[in-house]
Amino acid sequence: MTGSFEPVIIGFTCNWCSYRAADLAGTAREKYPPNIRLIRLMCSGRLDPSFVLKALASGADGVLITGCHPGECHYLEQNYKALRRFLLLRRTLTQLGIEPGRVKLVWASAAEGHRLAQEITTMVEEVRALGPLNWAQAANGFGPEPVSAPAAAEGGAA
Amino acid sequence: MSAQTNGQPHERIGVYVCHCGSNIAGVIDVEEVAQWAADKLGHRGVVIARDYKFMCSSLGQELIERDIVELGLTRVVVAACSPHLHEQTFRTACARAGLNRYLCELVSIREHASWVHTDKRAATEKAKALLAGGVERVAQHAPLEPLRVPIHPATLVVGGGIAGIQAALEIADAGYPVYLVEREPSIGGHMAQFDKTFPTMDCAACILTPRMVSVGTHPNITLLTWSEVTDVKGYVGNFTVTVRRKARYIKTDLCTGCGICQDKCPKKVIDDVFEAGLGYRKAVYTPFPQAVPKYPVIDYDNCIYFQKGTCRACEKLCPTEAIDFEQQDEYLTLDVGNIVLATGFDVMDARRIAQYGYGRLANVFTSLEFERLSNAAGPTNGRIVLRDGVTTPQTVGIIHCVGSRDRNFNNYCSAICCMQSLKFAHLIKERTGATVYNFYIDIRTTAKAYDEFYQHVLEEGTIFVRGRVAEVTDAARLPGEEGKLIIQVEDTLVGRQRRIPVDMVVLSVGLEPRRDSQEVAKLFGISCSANGWIIEKHPKLDPVATMTEGVFVAGCAQGPKDIPSTVAQGAAAAARVLAHIQQKEIALEPIRASVDETKCSGCRICNNLCPFNAITFHEDRMVTEINPALCQGCGTCVAACPAGAISGTVFSNDQVLAQLEGLLLRTVKGMQLEEGVPA
Amino acid sequence: MPKYLFYPGCSLQRSARPYQDSINAVKELIGLELEDVRDWNCCGATEYVAIHHLAAHALVGRNLALAAQQVDGTRTVMAACSACYLNLAKTDSYLRADADLAEQVNTALAAGGLHYTPGTVRVRHLLDIVVNDIGLDTIKSRVVRPLKGLRVAPYYGCMIARPDRDNRWDNVEHPVAMDRLMKALGAEVIDFPMKTHCCGGHMTQINLPVAFELIRRLIHGADQYQADLIVTLCPMCQLNLDAYQADVNRYFNTDYRLPVVYFTQLVGLAFGLEPDRLGLGKEFVDARPALSRIGIELPPAEAAEAEAAVARRARKQKAPAGLPMPRMPNDHEEGQ
Repeated sequence: MTGSFEPVIIGFTCNWCSYRAADLAGTAREKYPPNIRLIRLMCSGRLDPSFVLKALASGADGVLITGCHPGECHYLEQNYKALRRFLLLRRTLTQLGIEPGRVKLVWASAAEGHRLAQEITTMVEEVRALGPLNWAQAANGFGPEPVSAPAAAEGGAA
Repeated sequence: MSAQTNGQPHERIGVYVCHCGSNIAGVIDVEEVAQWAADKLGHRGVVIARDYKFMCSSLGQELIERDIVELGLTRVVVAACSPHLHEQTFRTACARAGLNRYLCELVSIREHASWVHTDKRAATEKAKALLAGGVERVAQHAPLEPLRVPIHPATLVVGGGIAGIQAALEIADAGYPVYLVEREPSIGGHMAQFDKTFPTMDCAACILTPRMVSVGTHPNITLLTWSEVTDVKGYVGNFTVTVRRKARYIKTDLCTGCGICQDKCPKKVIDDVFEAGLGYRKAVYTPFPQAVPKYPVIDYDNCIYFQKGTCRACEKLCPTEAIDFEQQDEYLTLDVGNIVLATGFDVMDARRIAQYGYGRLANVFTSLEFERLSNAAGPTNGRIVLRDGVTTPQTVGIIHCVGSRDRNFNNYCSAICCMQSLKFAHLIKERTGATVYNFYIDIRTTAKAYDEFYQHVLEEGTIFVRGRVAEVTDAARLPGEEGKLIIQVEDTLVGRQRRIPVDMVVLSVGLEPRRDSQEVAKLFGISCSANGWIIEKHPKLDPVATMTEGVFVAGCAQGPKDIPSTVAQGAAAAARVLAHIQQKEIALEPIRASVDETKCSGCRICNNLCPFNAITFHEDRMVTEINPALCQGCGTCVAACPAGAISGTVFSNDQVLAQLEGLLLRTVKGMQLEEGVPA
Repeated sequence: MPKYLFYPGCSLQRSARPYQDSINAVKELIGLELEDVRDWNCCGATEYVAIHHLAAHALVGRNLALAAQQVDGTRTVMAACSACYLNLAKTDSYLRADADLAEQVNTALAAGGLHYTPGTVRVRHLLDIVVNDIGLDTIKSRVVRPLKGLRVAPYYGCMIARPDRDNRWDNVEHPVAMDRLMKALGAEVIDFPMKTHCCGGHMTQINLPVAFELIRRLIHGADQYQADLIVTLCPMCQLNLDAYQADVNRYFNTDYRLPVVYFTQLVGLAFGLEPDRLGLGKEFVDARPALSRIGIELPPAEAAEAEAAVARRARKQKAPAGLPMPRMPNDHEEGQ
């Protein structure tokens, strides 16, 4: 393994704007670090805050939430609801002892491939500086430490 | 290799990793990824994992189809390009082999991995994670059928320029009703303002007016001019549109178009729209003689009766008593199945470039002003003269790229200005014999017969100076400059600064989106780019569709283009609309939310979240219900329900959380999977 | 009263004395409190930076450091001379952008017991402060003698608007701040196309014919538009256009008599102050004949001279405009 810590970031994108921005970054061959893995939702309003908690509890070091710019949501106003949830979520996370810099909200329109790539790059560095989250060690529930990949189905890999 | 039962439903998953030539394989080790899927995800249900050069090709699709039949696959995951490109391709391939199309998942390892990362090892590992996410997710997919909605045969075309006219005529000729809404009193758009059109030098009015007349007389076209769309509700096949018909103050069933009212009206105002500010019209007017419809309108803000209560000359003199000062705006509600936006462009405001002196120096004209000057029906009857209305210029300078290809104004090329500038040069030479200078950066003459036209203009003796004009000034310095406009430019081919005195300057101003394009986009539920042009579904492969099903775009509303391309897009949009109409119904993605009434506690948190009014509350049973016809599938209510009573298809909680597990490779690492995912 | 640190610069005390006098005369009336930067030194004008880059920046840096010491409630340093303004502003922005330069300059300043942290002060031009901070409404409220009938050509010179690193000006090619100020005083402002063209600066010391041509075209441009006087905001511009006008006339065999005044002098006149108090009468091309147009009494001999000047400048007959001109936005609505 390399010496420096490589964070894993989960990115939630909306089908109409930010997912297309990510596609545009791809077609434009914009480069960004491979630490982010994207999940497509139809709308940022679909984002259940528990998805974010689940992501962090399951091993992600950071979560990037993206959607259409306010006023440009394909479903008219659902990104405002996403914004409301995000604000409350951020407060909750702080109370849980999670650095607010680990969960970020970024608006990106379908034309902003370059900008999205930059935001991802920035976030990877910011989370890298924060260090690994290690929720499983820090908190109580949500599962044991990962073991090395099972060769045989001993005990049934669940 | 048999799948293990693992407390999850028993699935047989086929994994296909695409090379996409070298687009993916050049960065990601696709064979390794496929092999890894076979080895590490076998316990998750993967029974076969293949890699292939071009999965979207017929051979690639056949691989999938054959495996479905021979291996009894129940799920398919393809790791390739973006779902926005080929999701339908692979879904259809599955459907052909008898597998429900929604049991197929396309994971992007091209746009989201191979194209954006340079570290091949990291990209390969990421591809594995993305693939694992897809495998976990697809196991949670349920078979679904697309929703079928009927398509209303009527179409709304917004904008009566050449694009809208073309689209309207084609749909109407095919036998279906069209509503053509135009904000000005007459259709015709910008093309009606032009004199001659390049490269053929056809008279614009001559080729346009027959089309306009066809629109005006077509039995299938309802022409709504002096009107605007104020509200749009619904979805593809079933739009309800509200149109405001502004009061013309003319009874159109009585008006014969004789024009006496215009002749006798005492109030003359500058015509900012059709005459580009260079000519006059009356307070009651038709914009030009060949207007369709022929009925005039009264300009409320400038009518002496409306402003001061006197005059009423038109009313007194109208032979058929068609003037009606009491007329009110009328609101129409139209049911249509499809919408074509053909709202056109505005030109850049040349006053923004102070160095060119437009507005300050009398003899600096914009391209639209020049079109009106050279038009035989224009304010000077086609004589190319200076602002004094009398003097013929001896020397003319035409400046290309005014406000285009310019980071200070508009970064893009406006596509038509080079040909337009050449056209001006040709017309000036032909009519006045003046010396003409064209100041250009590049000469862009790309389409049929364009470059031949350029060569012809060269032979006519127009002088071309390659350089961006720094300044147009009347401050004379050298002999021969007094009383002239001096163009200061660096002639880059000669390598010197030049001061060229001319009598008249024509600015080929760039094209810009309509000033209200953002509001219009919001009204129709589509998006504009950062510049303001309407965003098409795909810039190369789908230039007339928008992201919103049922709303199409044609002409310059999508981006600057010449008349042949505009007409082609109008026809293309019409073809798309006709395809919808003739199928009589359209299949929509079954991405919908629904409420499990047994779990609904009646808290009503979701009730205010739906902008499409799909959520209703039943007071009698104290439960919420979602109307699948109105639901657009955004999922906001699904996320909001505290009881987890609302579920969404295609993007359910199970699916998203499973994808999350896969992305984080927890299933590979052999961790305990959660029983019962949180709501 | 808004207070600003004031960097006078060398010209204001001598060749641009009328500028200083008029500033002093009007500042209380418009509510401008100025505190001189103590022990300020020359800004280096346009020469020094061409001779020794580091020394030039250190020279200016000393002024910035001194001003920084006086920061108290206000951190804006105002300069009335465009060259001083530009030197102070540019040096500060270079020091902000280039850490190495800042270090070297601070090493030099340390020798004098000074230090400057880049960005401590903000540098602005007097015109900027008058139009944007004091505001045109305040100015209008003080006008007792509107300059009605006076045609002025606003001349900004090249240094005030370019480079515009801090985005102080609405349009670097065609700024309108002084135009709006003159309109607020009631004057008739000509749309002077040469408003930001170079006056020649120190070319008068280096290459006289080149300087003469640059000066001539400016005066000719204003004359073409029948301006009664040129109004400036930079001592260098005023000097070139005024002091060398006679030489230009001799060189080109022309007969221009276009006075060149400072905008603060016109502000003072509009406020009802007497011309002497504003330093009027000291210029080479006498401005007082033009001022008779706004009702300033002149001794009979000079009044006759004024009449003759008007007769000399025959008004050109404007050709009847056959086609309407494009409608221009109201300047008050757009820009700074």
